Formats: sequence, C-alpha cells, structure tokens
Amino acid sequence: MSGKYQKVAYYPGCALEGSGHAYNRSTKAVGKKLGLDLVELKNWNCCGAMEVKNIDPKIQTYLSARNLSIAEDMGFDTVMAPCNGCYHNLKKAEYDLENDEASREVNSRLSGKAGHNTYESGKVETIHALDWIKHSVGEEGIKDRVKNSLKGLKVANYYGCMYTRPRHIFPEKDKGPGSESTSKPHFMDELLAAAGAENVDYPLKTACCGGAHALSDSDTSTKLVLNLLTTAEACGADVIATECPTCHTGLEMHQIRAEKVLGRKTSVKILYFTQLLGMAMGLSPKAVGVHENFSDSMSLIKEKKLA
Amino acid sequence: MPIHEKSLIRPENLVEHDELVIDGVDVSGHWSTFIETRAISDYNEDLQDEIGALGGGENIHRCWQCGSCTNACTVNAINPDFNPRYWIYLIRLGMESELVRDKDIIWQCVSCNKCTYACPRDVNPEGVMKATAHWLEMKGHTEKKPSMIFDEAFSEQVFDTGKIEDGLVLRQFFQRTGQPLTQPWLVTLVTGLIKRFPVFYLMRLGLATVFRPRTKGWSRAKAAINEYVEEVEAANRKALKLDAKGAE
Repeated sequence: MSGKYQKVAYYPGCALEGSGHAYNRSTKAVGKKLGLDLVELKNWNCCGAMEVKNIDPKIQTYLSARNLSIAEDMGFDTVMAPCNGCYHNLKKAEYDLENDEASREVNSRLSGKAGHNTYESGKVETIHALDWIKHSVGEEGIKDRVKNSLKGLKVANYYGCMYTRPRHIFPEKDKGPGSESTSKPHFMDELLAAAGAENVDYPLKTACCGGAHALSDSDTSTKLVLNLLTTAEACGADVIATECPTCHTGLEMHQIRAEKVLGRKTSVKILYFTQLLGMAMGLSPKAVGVHENFSDSMSLIKEKKLA
Repeated sequence: MPIHEKSLIRPENLVEHDELVIDGVDVSGHWSTFIETRAISDYNEDLQDEIGALGGGENIHRCWQCGSCTNACTVNAINPDFNPRYWIYLIRLGMESELVRDKDIIWQCVSCNKCTYACPRDVNPEGVMKATAHWLEMKGHTEKKPSMIFDEAFSEQVFDTGKIEDGLVLRQFFQRTGQPLTQPWLVTLVTGLIKRFPVFYLMRLGLATVFRPRTKGWSRAKAAINEYVEEVEAANRKALKLDAKGAE
C-alpha cells in the first residue's frame, strides 16, 4: 500500500476554517508526522454542503467541478478532503459529470462564464482523509510511529452519512478485501486499532446525526444525537471518534442541548480520529487542536496519559 | 389495505350506527363500523410532472412502491407519519389534498441518503423530499420552513463570496427566523470554549466578522451562478404554472 498518496492536493473546506478548525489542525499535524505532503488548493470555494443542492443540484455540481479544475491546473491527480460533506460533494460531482449530460452542460456553461477550465470527469481522484492515511502509510506505518499507545481507550468509530451514501457515487468501495465497505465501514477502526485503541462494537457507525438540520430542526437533531451518544455509552465507549466536522460539531452541540432541553446528561467524549492518531504518535493535545473543540475532553486525555 | 387508503379509516371518515337493522339483522354498535362513501374528484393530474420538474424530483416516475425508502428512513424511525413511500404514491396518483395534509413535516428530511442508498429504482427519494418541500412552499400551501430559510442564507453567502463563515450563517439564520442568539445551549457551548481559550476564540470571532472569508477571483463565477439561479427559478415557476411573482 505504501508509496501512494505521498503528495496530494488538500481541500479543507469552509467548516475546517471555522467550527471544525481542530480537524484541519490535526489533519495537517498528522500528515506532517507521517511525512506526507499536503498542498492546499488555491482559491478554492465552498462545496455547497447540504444546502446549495436544495436551491439547485447542478450549481452544487459546478461548485465541486471548479475545485476539481483547480486541482487539475495545479498538476494534481488526487485531491484529499477530510470533511465528509466536501468529500461527498466532490464524489457526487464526479459521478454526475460522468453520467448526466445536463450536469455537464451546466458545468461547461458556468465554467466558461467564470473564466476557468471546464473540469471533465476522470481527471482527478477524490479521496477522504481515511483513504489518504490508510493507503499511504497504512496500519503498519501507524504502528511504527506510536509513542503513546491508545491502549485501554475504548473508541466508538462514527462515520456518519456522507462517507458511504449513496453507494453509487463511491465506485471504489465494496470491492472486497482491502476496500472500504459502505454498510460496515472499517478504515477508521483499523487505523485507530493500529494506534492501540480498543474499538467497541458500535452499531451506529453510519447512522445520521441530523447535521443538515442541526439548527433548522434542532429537536430532531437532538433526538438523533442523543441516540448516538447513549448507544456509544451502552457499548462502553470512552470516546466517539469522528471524521466529519458537521457530525463532530453536531454531537458536541446537541450533547449540551440534550442536557439543557431534555435533561439527559451524557459524558462520552468526542474527538476527531486525527486528534486520537496524532496524540498516539506523540503530538500534544494543543498540536492537534483539542482546545479548539467545543467540548472539553482533557479529563479523559489526562486519565489515559495521552497528554 | 394499500397505503394510500389510509385516509379511508381516519376517524372523521368512519360511521357507527347506534341503531341499525339491515335485512332484519341488528348491526348496531361499534363492531359494525362503516367507512363513509366517497368519490375523489380533485386529482391534480399534473402533480407528478410538477414535482418532477423541480431539482431532485426528476426520477419520481420510476418508483414501484417497494417501501425500501420508508423502511430505511432516519426520520420515520422517530416519527412514523414521515413516510416517503406514501408521499411518492400520493404524488404519482395526483392526490394533492392528501399530500398537503403533511405539509408541516415533509421539510424535515435530514438528507442522510439512507433511502437513496436503499432504493432499487434510482428514484433518489431524498431529492424527491426536497422537491416536494419546495413545491409546497412555491404553491403557497405553507410558509417558508426553517430548512429553506437556512438553505437560502447559506447559499446566498456561497454565491456572494464563494465561501461561508459558519458563525455568520448561524447569526443570519437566527435573525431570519426571529430566534434570540441567547439559546441556553449555545451560550454554554460558546462560554465553554471561551473559558478554555479566550484570546484565540475572540480573535477568530472578531477577524471572521471583519474579514469575511472569500474566494479570490470569484466575481465572474458569482455573476454566472446568479444568472443561472434566476433562470432555474423562472423555469420552476413556469413548470408549476405560477406567474412571474407571488402565488398562483
């Protein structure tokens, strides 16, 4: 596996410059530690998240196509997006541009008027931060670099919706051994296990946190998140490992809201998987942005001697 | 009983007779409940075409009613009245008045894509839910729902600058929906962060307000997108047979 993805284009996206900055910081820090090169896309734009498609899906396709055209112009054949939303949208655009004439037509019109190259499908591969670490250094690469093993840390791996659904936009998944599964994803489990973590058998790996309506329908989101939190606790997890800034912030936000509105207190911690990997490889909590999380996980980090 | 016949057994459509004798047989009482006779005449024969014309609704005609969408649905699990299969059925039959009864919950689809993952017919039920919510608002059956207000605030920022700043999206959403920013959970969330790292947080908050993140060289893309959005809106209104402005 090693050798692949040593230098890739990096698309952080808006959330990683705002509420999810801890994910940005920890992804970069882990990459540096692993000797992997990230080159940020120049003048990237928002992918449209879960919102622009509701105004019109083809604009959303264009937004991602513009980012992919930038990667191509910079000479990259791979772009890595740690945010599930960005990753999903780049994949979706790739699929639509390959299969839908109307999407191609709108993309070429908007790209022409905006004055940049029209992206054509098949030129740039989109990968997630999980693919990036899994296929560049893999579990062996992680094991070699572990300084503070996550031994004794019980982790519920939470992948969310956008990393696996719908299946058809992820042609490389469900290809048997070695490939990611869309029904039971395992890349995060494997990477964290390599760092010593004890993964619990979490049945809600791909359940929804209600992130798209985190603010507009908070009561629904709070119910969904509370279910994720209490189930993680019932599985014996100390921490939920996340790989999406919307899920992560949603869990933090609605953990507090569940306590305030429903009187249901949960104490399971929430950390990005890159924060856990980074601390396992000897990076300080500050270097992986633990202080930038909305929730406070320091008690657990100290207890497990990761600080 | 087919799912679309749910309406037949609503309490207001059921009749019980305290004293009823038919052919000499006493059938009084609740054990002999009758369904009101009815004839449906208000079909909207264009309903499927109208929703199919809106973004996301294109494949609704492919549905063969297997129910995989509802079975997989995140929202259905917490509210059994949230039933994508049922709504798709109503739309395909043209039963507009039945569909409109659920106008206050259809917008609650969380876009988890479990339905689209499960659908064997590539209907994209998630897109159909969004198109239906949009249709209800455009037709004036319901006011703009919070999710549409959020989508618009978000999209306007993207179209305007190429990027969003999540604090600004949050503030605009609360402002447009007339909610105070001092939600107890939000206060706890923010003060928790400030306590642990005040200088950083305040600096970032301040900087983001003064210097909104924006994509360099975005102005031409902005013009192209805005022009296209106007075109889409005009086409949508035409498909729904609405005049250029306002309701039907």
